[in-house]
Amino acid sequence: MIPAAFDYARPTTVEEALQAIAEGGDDVKILAGGQSLIPVMRLRLAAPEVVVDLTRVEGLRGVREEGDQLVVGAMTTHADVLTDPLLARYAPLVVEATETVADRQVRRRGTFGGALAHADPAGDLPAVALALDAEFVIAGPAGRRTVPAAEFFVDYLTTAIEEGELLVEIRLPKLAADDGWGVRYEKFNRVAQAWSIVAVAAAVRREGGRITEARIGLTNMGPTPLRASATEAALVGVDVSLETVTAAAAQAAEGTSPSNDLNAQADYRQHLAQVLTRRALAAAAGL
Amino acid sequence: MTQINVRVDGESYTDDVEPRTLLVHYLREQLGKVGTVVGCDTSNCGACTVHLDGQAVKSCTVLAVQADGSQVTTIEGIAGEGIGGTLHPVQRAFHEMHGLQCGFCTPGMIMASIDLLKENPDPSETEVREGIEGNLCRCTGYQNIVRAVQQAAAEMRGAAPGDPDTSPAAVDTAAAEHVVAQS
Repeated sequence: MIPAAFDYARPTTVEEALQAIAEGGDDVKILAGGQSLIPVMRLRLAAPEVVVDLTRVEGLRGVREEGDQLVVGAMTTHADVLTDPLLARYAPLVVEATETVADRQVRRRGTFGGALAHADPAGDLPAVALALDAEFVIAGPAGRRTVPAAEFFVDYLTTAIEEGELLVEIRLPKLAADDGWGVRYEKFNRVAQAWSIVAVAAAVRREGGRITEARIGLTNMGPTPLRASATEAALVGVDVSLETVTAAAAQAAEGTSPSNDLNAQADYRQHLAQVLTRRALAAAAGL
Repeated sequence: MTQINVRVDGESYTDDVEPRTLLVHYLREQLGKVGTVVGCDTSNCGACTVHLDGQAVKSCTVLAVQADGSQVTTIEGIAGEGIGGTLHPVQRAFHEMHGLQCGFCTPGMIMASIDLLKENPDPSETEVREGIEGNLCRCTGYQNIVRAVQQAAAEMRGAAPGDPDTSPAAVDTAAAEHVVAQS
């Protein structure tokens, strides 16, 4: 299978990339790691007239510290994420979820920003970004703007990135183990490299035997990633115990609208969300 | 057409390619590197795995233009020079441990395994299985593939083959005596 013909642009700066996107007209696709885009182009589910390849754009790759945030370049590969010392220390939830993304070869090419901009609800990183209240820095012809995760994921495969714009970096809060944070990404799928049927990203902060804050993101429980808000609220101030965590996890599927497909019916996904939330919370809380 | 300069298995090439040409098709059809095979064509099976600047990638999911200025190593470029040249330790281990049945997945399995061993020279059985999760063997010949990777790991670490302290693959051959007898 071979993609339909397209014009190819390979900018080396963000400015050149924005120009290439503007000049590309109505039917431009931005190529990051290509591990989702090239397969859909091969299947001709996408046949863009112009492809703007970001792999040679300097400055979009790597992780840096800025005050109480980590700034991850959109073109940072999954393999880079797995070996980055800053992420290991301050965003282990991102690292844990990234370990489960596809396979070794795909993680060599696939990128953090590409996976988020693709916004597949079965992808692992959107729910993590949502749980962490990540901020998305988007560059466009009029300059840069920052969009919070809660507003970034708009619908199925749809984000707040407008035509002519480009995701350049993702800002993450530092959630370090020294501050009492524990994390777990609990993923349920059928075979090794498959997408999540359901997955749960949990970060729990403990202080003196109590939970002070919980952040829970749900993968594949609707057209966008979701927060398990009822469970989060139920956990604030409770004792760290299997009973409290189990009781709170029972509310994990509230407000979700998962799909029916060959892997699972909606009601089964809601059941899974509760079970996986309990497991993720128990592990994150060190139980 | 776009002009690309690539170094493949130690030789330099300058070629014109269409931007939509996949790296695997460039390697096979323009360079004749047919050791790299197309298995599933859907980024699942890993049979087309090559090294791009030293890292294992699925060459059906990379455009040939993206390899411009890069080094590509295929299954054809890992052994010593010439016909009968010394096999790479991972190739030799796949041969000795019978890490293949029909052989179609083998080029990709070997290229992925070399990538794994560079990162983790002494993987456990579980780490080998996870390390090659991007490669499918439709004959389901995984037992001997895993043994082969562990045997190669032991050899590449400099351990004596068959040393029970350092070569778990050599210890765990009870179920594969018929295989060992072939070596």
